[in-house]
Amino acid sequence: MDAILFLLFAAIAVACGINLVVQTHPISSALSLIGVMASLAVLYLLLGAEFMAAAQMIVYAGAIMVLFVFTIMLLNAGAEHKKGRSVIARLLGVPALIGFLGLVSFLIQSLLPRSEEVRFGAFTGGTAQAIGKKLFTGYLLPFEVTSVLILVAILGAVVLARKEI
Amino acid sequence: MEFIIISLVKAALVAAVLLTLAAYLVWIERKVLAHIQLRVGPYRVGPNGLLQPLADLVKLVTKEGVMPAQVNRFYYLLAPFLAVALALVSISVIPFGTEIEVFGIKTYMGLADVNIGLLVILAISAVSVYAIALGGWASNNKYALLGGLRSAAQMISYELPMSLAIASPLLLANTLSLREVAEAQAGFYFGFLPRWHIFQMPMPQLIAFAVFLVAGFAETNRVPFDLPEAENELVAGFHTEYSSTCFAAFFTAEYVNMVTISALATHLFLGGWNPIVPEPVAGLVPVFLFLAAAAALFFHGLNSVSTRPWDKYSFPVVGVVALGLAGIFALAFLPLPGPLASIAAALHPLFWFCAKVGVILFLFIWVRGTLPRFRFDQLMKFAWTFLFPVAIVQLLATALMVALVK
Repeated sequence: MDAILFLLFAAIAVACGINLVVQTHPISSALSLIGVMASLAVLYLLLGAEFMAAAQMIVYAGAIMVLFVFTIMLLNAGAEHKKGRSVIARLLGVPALIGFLGLVSFLIQSLLPRSEEVRFGAFTGGTAQAIGKKLFTGYLLPFEVTSVLILVAILGAVVLARKEI
Repeated sequence: MEFIIISLVKAALVAAVLLTLAAYLVWIERKVLAHIQLRVGPYRVGPNGLLQPLADLVKLVTKEGVMPAQVNRFYYLLAPFLAVALALVSISVIPFGTEIEVFGIKTYMGLADVNIGLLVILAISAVSVYAIALGGWASNNKYALLGGLRSAAQMISYELPMSLAIASPLLLANTLSLREVAEAQAGFYFGFLPRWHIFQMPMPQLIAFAVFLVAGFAETNRVPFDLPEAENELVAGFHTEYSSTCFAAFFTAEYVNMVTISALATHLFLGGWNPIVPEPVAGLVPVFLFLAAAAALFFHGLNSVSTRPWDKYSFPVVGVVALGLAGIFALAFLPLPGPLASIAAALHPLFWFCAKVGVILFLFIWVRGTLPRFRFDQLMKFAWTFLFPVAIVQLLATALMVALVK
């Protein structure tokens, strides 16, 4: 059951990812990205990282992508017009891509150390409690630094918006 | 295998009850609004208009679904589907009562008991913004687009105070599972004050409850926050171009979302299925409540001053139903054989849960009949400069109190 669900949602994620690049309309691309994020959330859930899955949906698929969609709708961006591709791109594009992906997967296979096999249901440290404990004990400094980083980003946004007025 | 069958049966049951409830909520809303405004409300279709939802449904389904020119067909149809699907999915993590045993099958009243139930609801509510925004955008209509954009802005803004308001009862209950949140509120202070989160020491959650309700009104796009469909400036907002079944889908989604928010408020702040009075009295409350309702209905039906002929029959018939319900709740006091006894005992938590949800739903309708609509800048200012700071201060105070006590 877990394996079937994993294959299903992995396939959906990849299909949405390809669709994201292929589509010409920005809204279609944005919605495909939401599809990728939602299927990633399901994959997290399958691996036992339930809090990560929920956070992925709330923060990425929800908050961040809503802003993307909002902006696209506000600008009322139309479908992009494809320009003619060059002869080299048309002839060598797909073979080059396949070669590159093969090279990358070969390098990952050979260079990285072999890790343990992942089993569904083996990982149990994904609850909100476990993550909260880790964040406030082992990873307190990165956590606080990240919050300062976000604060800087908010201040930057305010400064940029001020200039417009 | 058994699990799948039980889940399917439960899902079908919950969906059927929920959709019927959504249809009749429209009837109740029209009736209550009418009485607030000194009108009669729907009464021509069936006795007291009781068949009005059915007539509405037939009308909506049989009307022609008009698709405007040059709309994006896929997204135009995806939006209402998404709206109603997400609204129905979010009810799946809400428990309705304690465990029940029917014919030897022990099952839990509710579809899924997940330990991140609240996060699931938040995730679904975060995604359901797309349904409205997409519907508005795909309609190829400036009013619909403005309605969709307003709705997206409003829902993002009010999600923050809502999440913060949700966080403070969670601090008290120390769990994310809705079942455990409800269980944590069992019992009484001094033998009479229920340990619901709005009364719970060290920090009564009254402010969080108020913030949650206000944000909930905004999340469901209800008056006074129904800016996305403000008819005097935006025709009908995001569903201007929708007709027939697609419109019905948006309409259903709104009412199902109302039920979800009410159920969430019940579990988080009003003690879930825990009764308002201690045990020996609590069991008698539904019996006497239904008896009183039956008496009132009989009295009004038999002394009817109305010129409408069916009032003489419809009120007593509903009265008989109320009498039957009173009898069913009285069963818990009789010595019954095993399976019947467990069902009778499980009905009481269900009663308390439904009663609380009903009270909050009534509040939704009451507010709609009372308050005028906000202006959009007032709406945003209210969310960011008042509701959000209040929610943060309330959360910090709760966290401090919990830390000091524990």
